Amino acid sequence: MTFLRLEDLTKRFGEFTAVENVDLSIERGEFVSLLGPSGCGKTTTLQMIAGLQEPTAGRIVLGGTDITRLPPNKRGLGIVFQSYALFPHMDATGNVAFGLEMKGIGRSERQERARAALKLVKLDHLADRFPKEMSGGQRQRVALARALVIEPPVLLLDEPLSNLDAKLREEMRIELRLLQQEIGVTTILVTHDQEEALSMSDRVVVMEDGRIAQIAAPLELYERPRDLFVSDFVGKTNLLEARVLSAGERGSVVGIEGHQIDLPGTDLGKLDKVTLSLRPEKLVMSDAADGVEAKVLAAIFLGANWLYRVQTPIGELFVTQPNSGRPGFSNGDKTWLSWPDGAVNIFSAEGRFDETH
Amino acid sequence: MKRINATPYLLTAPGVLFFSALLGAPMVMTLLLSLHSYDYTLGIQDDWTLANYLDVFTDSYFYVIFGRTLGLSLLVTVLCILIGAPEAYILSRMRNPWRSIFLLVVLGPLLVSVVVRTLGWAILFGGNGLLAKTTAALGLGEVSLMYTMTGMTVALVHVLVPFMVIPVWASLQKMDPQSEDAALTLGASPFTVIRRITLPQITPGILSGSIICFALTAAAFATPSIIGGRRMKVVATMIYDEYKNTLNWPMGATLAALLLFANIVIITSANRLVERRFAKVFE
Repeated sequence: MTFLRLEDLTKRFGEFTAVENVDLSIERGEFVSLLGPSGCGKTTTLQMIAGLQEPTAGRIVLGGTDITRLPPNKRGLGIVFQSYALFPHMDATGNVAFGLEMKGIGRSERQERARAALKLVKLDHLADRFPKEMSGGQRQRVALARALVIEPPVLLLDEPLSNLDAKLREEMRIELRLLQQEIGVTTILVTHDQEEALSMSDRVVVMEDGRIAQIAAPLELYERPRDLFVSDFVGKTNLLEARVLSAGERGSVVGIEGHQIDLPGTDLGKLDKVTLSLRPEKLVMSDAADGVEAKVLAAIFLGANWLYRVQTPIGELFVTQPNSGRPGFSNGDKTWLSWPDGAVNIFSAEGRFDETH
Repeated sequence: MKRINATPYLLTAPGVLFFSALLGAPMVMTLLLSLHSYDYTLGIQDDWTLANYLDVFTDSYFYVIFGRTLGLSLLVTVLCILIGAPEAYILSRMRNPWRSIFLLVVLGPLLVSVVVRTLGWAILFGGNGLLAKTTAALGLGEVSLMYTMTGMTVALVHVLVPFMVIPVWASLQKMDPQSEDAALTLGASPFTVIRRITLPQITPGILSGSIICFALTAAAFATPSIIGGRRMKVVATMIYDEYKNTLNWPMGATLAALLLFANIVIITSANRLVERRFAKVFE
């Protein structure tokens, strides 16, 4: 059963439409990410759920109750803000206990539950510290504890990890996901970081210009993006413009910069132009004469992977290869580039080819 | 041997010289002057005595005037808090261009010369002024605020409110507006948010504004002398009278030294209180 439902949610600021007809159903205990570039309406959507922005149109239904016009202090949702928004004049315990105090819970129970919440985020040893005396990561945990302690039906996270450094961010991803699964709170995460969305969510909602572009599980989203925008925004990819030279039941042939590429098993029918999307890690570099010729323009060592930029007859491509422990290719090396049949995503003007045809 | 870096001392030397010549020296001379006695026929004596201080501390006349100055300063400060703090908060919530326009309105009094502004109030408050005519027309009799505490208070609050608005405004700028949203979503009512979240965060601004308003009121001269006149003397106008009318310069110097001393004691202890209270909370 749907726990939280957004129905045709729309927000306009004067002439500008920030969010347009967003329809979304979220199950109890689900972790859903709103992913998109800045200005796509994801934060506005979150603020409407929180009650900090009033929708121009549409409804928000939580557990069967319409909460669209309910003020934020009556919704009881937990929010972690991007800036953490801690109360600088209260220590960690005071910050966490504030929500309980507003609920009218007595002092001793308040203290006890605040301690427990701080313990949950592994911060019980800093209960008396003021926000100013804590690191970014610690503040973030206090903000999380403060949102969780009121036992909200829905936890809203507004880019909670974007102010942390890279290593801490990765650790917090795992920790946050484990914590969410442990307490089973329905969670909505707003982020512009596709890795964050892919790694933490049950489902990802990709937004573009105030509209939902695609809703899918992380793997599906990555492997089968519905249009060029999603394909380009989620993960890295090489996009190649191609002309259809011939098409039949057994397969099609497309031309890219005068070079022919076979697409076995795909009947492109009457289409004239398509765009091919090739993920850098799906490409295989080898010395065996297979696929297209490639010349290495740049080789960048990333530790776990090599990132190459190569010159091929079909254009310049990015290629990622795992680091096997041996030296990789160097600038100027000649090699061959191939890919498995299913690795190519084909898009026409209407969107993903195998869904629109 | 450790070499002393002379650059900072050399760089600050002109400023230090400037201040010690033009501010430090007159103050020391005033202090020295207060230690001489005065004879109405012979003028300033060449002796060294604490008689002036003894006079001040034993004469109830001075107590009344020091008490009035303290009362006026406190009253003006409290009114500036009550008007200036909400004003700054409302201003910070406004959007441009209204914000800039109203900020200019708030700062407006500072753009007019103190004498001109005070004479303006005198015209309003005076016997034939707008205020008296209005109250007469309303059947309340002719109310004049000239030579009253109320008149002085109104005129001083008018000019000192900007000194409260600006520091409160500054601390509002430092505040994370999302902390108010956070409190709202945690179940606080809008009034609770202001009382528990906003007010504590702008308290340092209110306190520094209070120090400025208090010090400026205690030392104000033009407004008390025009609106308050001889009937409502404060320390500053009394000092002026000692110098200019009685020609008892040593007594004037004594009063000036005491006013300065009282101001320093009150302001530093208020400052220390602020620092102790908020050291952990704010940078």
